[in-house]
Amino acid sequence: MFCIECFRSNLYGKFRLAVTSHAMITPTDNVLVAFSGGPSSRVALQFVHELQHKSLKNFDASRDRLLPVFRVGVAFIDETTISPLPSRDIDRAIQDIRLIVSNLAPPIKQLHVVPIENIYSGDGTNRLKNLLDAVSDTTGKEDLLLHLQMSSLQKVASESGYNKIVLGLCTSRIACHVISATVKGQGYSLPADIQYVDSRWEIPIVLPLRDCLVQELNMLCHLDGLKTVELLKGPCSGINGLVSSLVRILQEENPSRECTNVRTAGKLTPFHFNRIPESDDSIIPLATRRRQKRYNLKPNESISSESFCPICNSPLNKSDMLRLSNLGSCQTNSDSFGAACCSSCRFEILPKDPSSIDHFYSLLPQPLVARAKRSSYDNLSLLREQIQDCLLSDSEDES
Amino acid sequence: MLRVFRNEGRKGNDRVRKLKWKKARRRSRRRPGPACAVSAIRKGPLSKDLKPYSRECFYEVFEEEIHQVIVENQLFKPRERVAIGASGGKDSTVLAYVLSELNRRHNYGLDLFLLSVDEGITGYRDDSLETVKRNEIQYGLPLKIVSYKDLYGWTMDEIVKMIGLKNNCTFCGVFRRQALDRGAALLKVDKVATGHNADDIAETVLLNILRGDIARLSRCTSIVTGEDGPIPRCKPFKYTYEKEIVMYAYFKRLDYFSTECIYSPNAYRGFAREFIKDLERIRPRAILDIIQSGEDFRISTFTKMPEQGTCERCGYISSQKWCKACVLLEGLNRGLPKLGIGRSRGPNNDHKKGTKETNGAKSIESKQCGTLDF
Ligand SMILES: [Zn+2]
Ligand SMILES: [Zn+2]
Ligand SMILES: [Zn+2]
Ligand SMILES: [Zn+2]
Repeated sequence: MFCIECFRSNLYGKFRLAVTSHAMITPTDNVLVAFSGGPSSRVALQFVHELQHKSLKNFDASRDRLLPVFRVGVAFIDETTISPLPSRDIDRAIQDIRLIVSNLAPPIKQLHVVPIENIYSGDGTNRLKNLLDAVSDTTGKEDLLLHLQMSSLQKVASESGYNKIVLGLCTSRIACHVISATVKGQGYSLPADIQYVDSRWEIPIVLPLRDCLVQELNMLCHLDGLKTVELLKGPCSGINGLVSSLVRILQEENPSRECTNVRTAGKLTPFHFNRIPESDDSIIPLATRRRQKRYNLKPNESISSESFCPICNSPLNKSDMLRLSNLGSCQTNSDSFGAACCSSCRFEILPKDPSSIDHFYSLLPQPLVARAKRSSYDNLSLLREQIQDCLLSDSEDES
Repeated sequence: MLRVFRNEGRKGNDRVRKLKWKKARRRSRRRPGPACAVSAIRKGPLSKDLKPYSRECFYEVFEEEIHQVIVENQLFKPRERVAIGASGGKDSTVLAYVLSELNRRHNYGLDLFLLSVDEGITGYRDDSLETVKRNEIQYGLPLKIVSYKDLYGWTMDEIVKMIGLKNNCTFCGVFRRQALDRGAALLKVDKVATGHNADDIAETVLLNILRGDIARLSRCTSIVTGEDGPIPRCKPFKYTYEKEIVMYAYFKRLDYFSTECIYSPNAYRGFAREFIKDLERIRPRAILDIIQSGEDFRISTFTKMPEQGTCERCGYISSQKWCKACVLLEGLNRGLPKLGIGRSRGPNNDHKKGTKETNGAKSIESKQCGTLDF
C-alpha cells in the first residue's frame, strides 16, 4: 500500500515520463489543455500546471534564462445549445470552471469557453441541431458529436496560436476505445488513436495520462481536493454504453484486464504521424530523441501516405481506399464526401438514403468539408499505387 | 428476419476479396439469384421490420453465400479429400449437410468424410455420436471416429474421475485438437473443415485482445490455418452468423445434438459471448465488423508464434520437447495429473503457456472445450 505522498509522486511520475519521453511539451510550446470538468482532464490540467510552475521556478532561478517557460491555455467546449441539461446548470458549471482555472495562477492561463456551434462560421446553432438530427443511429450521433468536439478544439487551438492540445485520456478510457473501435470495424485505424502523440491533426494532440487508471485519477482528485464538475456528460448509450459496461465488468473481475487490453492494442503498429513532427526536432533535447529511439519511434521511418475519413479523421483501410478509387471522378461534392468516408462512418453517421446525403452534406461544418476535399483531390493517384496488388490488370483479366 | 442485416455489413469487406478472386469467380458459374419478392429487395437497404425471406430463398441465399466464400477464398481444390470435423452439434451438422450439397451442385469433386472424436463422456458424447452416425447414413458420408481411449488409453470419464472437474477442459482441448489431426491422418485427407461461425471468430478476436495474445490475434481471423502444419484447417462459416446456422438447421429439420458438455463447468455464457449477443441486438453487423477489424489489425510480422518442432515422444508438432498432450498424459499415467497444469514440473521446464489460459480467462470465454464443436 502506498502512502499518499508516494501515490501522488508515482502518478505524477507517469505523467512526466510520458511528457518527456515523447517530447509532448517543450519550452517554446503554447499548450492548450482540453478541460471537460471531469477528473481525468482535471488531473491533466493540474499536472500541466505543476510542470509549468516548476519550469517557471527554474527559469527564475537560472542566471542566463535561456530556456523559456511554455505557455498554457484551457479550452472548454460548451454544448449548451444541444445539451438536454438546463442551461442554468451548465452556466453554473462554467462558473466553477472559471474559478478552477483562475485559481491555478501563476502563470495566468487563458480560458476559452467555446460554444460547440462555433465550429460553423456565422450562427451555426440550427445547422448543428439539424446535422445531429439527420443521424439516426444512437451510437453514430454520439460519435459524430465527439468528432465535432475534436474539430472545435482544433479550430480554437489554431485560431489562438496554440501548437499542442493536451487530452486527459487515461488507460481506462483507452481500453473502452480499443473495444469499441474493434466492434465498429475500425481495427485498421485503431492504433492511430491510442498513442502518446497524434499529429495527424493540424495541431498535434498529446495524451500524457495514457498510463494512468481512472481510479487513480479519481483518487488524486479526492485526496488533493481537486474540484471537478461532473454533471456535463450523460452516460453513453448504444454500442459505446455496452462497451463501457463490458470493460467495467471485466475490470471488476480482474483489475489488470484494462491494462492488458491497452497493452495488446499498444502492440499494433502505430502510424507515421504518431510522433511529434520532424520540424520540431531542433528543440527536442537529445535525451528525448534517444528515448524515442528506444520506444521504437524511428524519426525517419518511411512515411506511408494515408487517406483520412473526413468525418472521424481515421486513416482508411484497404477496402475503403479501393471503393474510393473505383469511384473515379465524382459527380457532386456530396457524392465525393460520402465516398471519402470510412465504412464505419458511412454506416453509423451518413444517411442511408442517397437522396438525403445532399441535405446532410449541406449541414456539415467547414472543417469536415475541407478535410473531404483535401483527401479526394490529393490522394487519388496515390491510392491506386497503394492498392495495386488488389487490382488485376486488364490483360490478366482476359486470359 | 435474419438476412435483413447482411447487405450493409458485407460490402466493404467483400470488395477487396472479390477483386482478388475475380478470376476464380469467373470460373464458377453463378446461378441466377433467387426470384422471391422478398429477396429481390435484398439489393436495396433493408431494415429489420421487413418481412422475412421465404424459406426456399433463405436456403438458396445461405448456400450460395457459403459457395461464394469457398470459391473466393479457394478453400478446396478438385479431387481433394476433406474431413468435416463432426461433433453432432448444429454447426458441424449444417456444415456437413451444406458441403455435401454444394459438392454435388457445383461439382467441387471433393471426397468428403465425417471425422468425430470420441472423448468417452457417458451421457454426452455417446449420444452425440449416435447423431453423427445417423448423419453418416443421411448424407452418405463415410464416418471415422477416433477415441481418446484408443489414442491415449484414457476416456474423459476416467480423467475426470482422477482429476475432478477443475482442469478437465485443459485435457479436453489439448487431446481433441491432436485427436482430430490423428484422425485426419488416418483418413489421409488433405484438409479438415470445421464449423466455426462468425460469432465464434468475433469472440476469439475479442478474447485475444483481452488476453493480450497478439500472435494469436494476428492469425485468428484467417479462414485457412495450419498451412505449415500437417493438415490445414478451414472455416467455410467464417462469415456466417450463428443465428443463420440455427435457423437453417431448424427449418431443414436437420438432425443435430444440442446438449452442452456435462463436464463444462460453466453452463453460463462467458462475458465475451454475452457481449456479442448484446451487440447483435443493437447492431447485427458488429459481428462482421469485429472480424473485419481482426483482419485489418496492423500487426508487425515480427510477432510470430514460437518455432514449431516435433514432440520427441509422439512426433506431433510441438514448440517444446514434449507436446502438451504427452505432458498431460505422462501426468495421468504417473498419477500426477497436475503435471502440465499450473506450475508443477514436467519434462518441459517452461510450460507456462496454456496454463494461463485455463486459470486466468475462465469467466470471459464461453467455450473452453469448444462446446465440443471443434
Ligand atoms: Zn510512501
Ligand atoms: Zn470515419
Ligand atoms: Zn470440456
Ligand atoms: Zn507428444
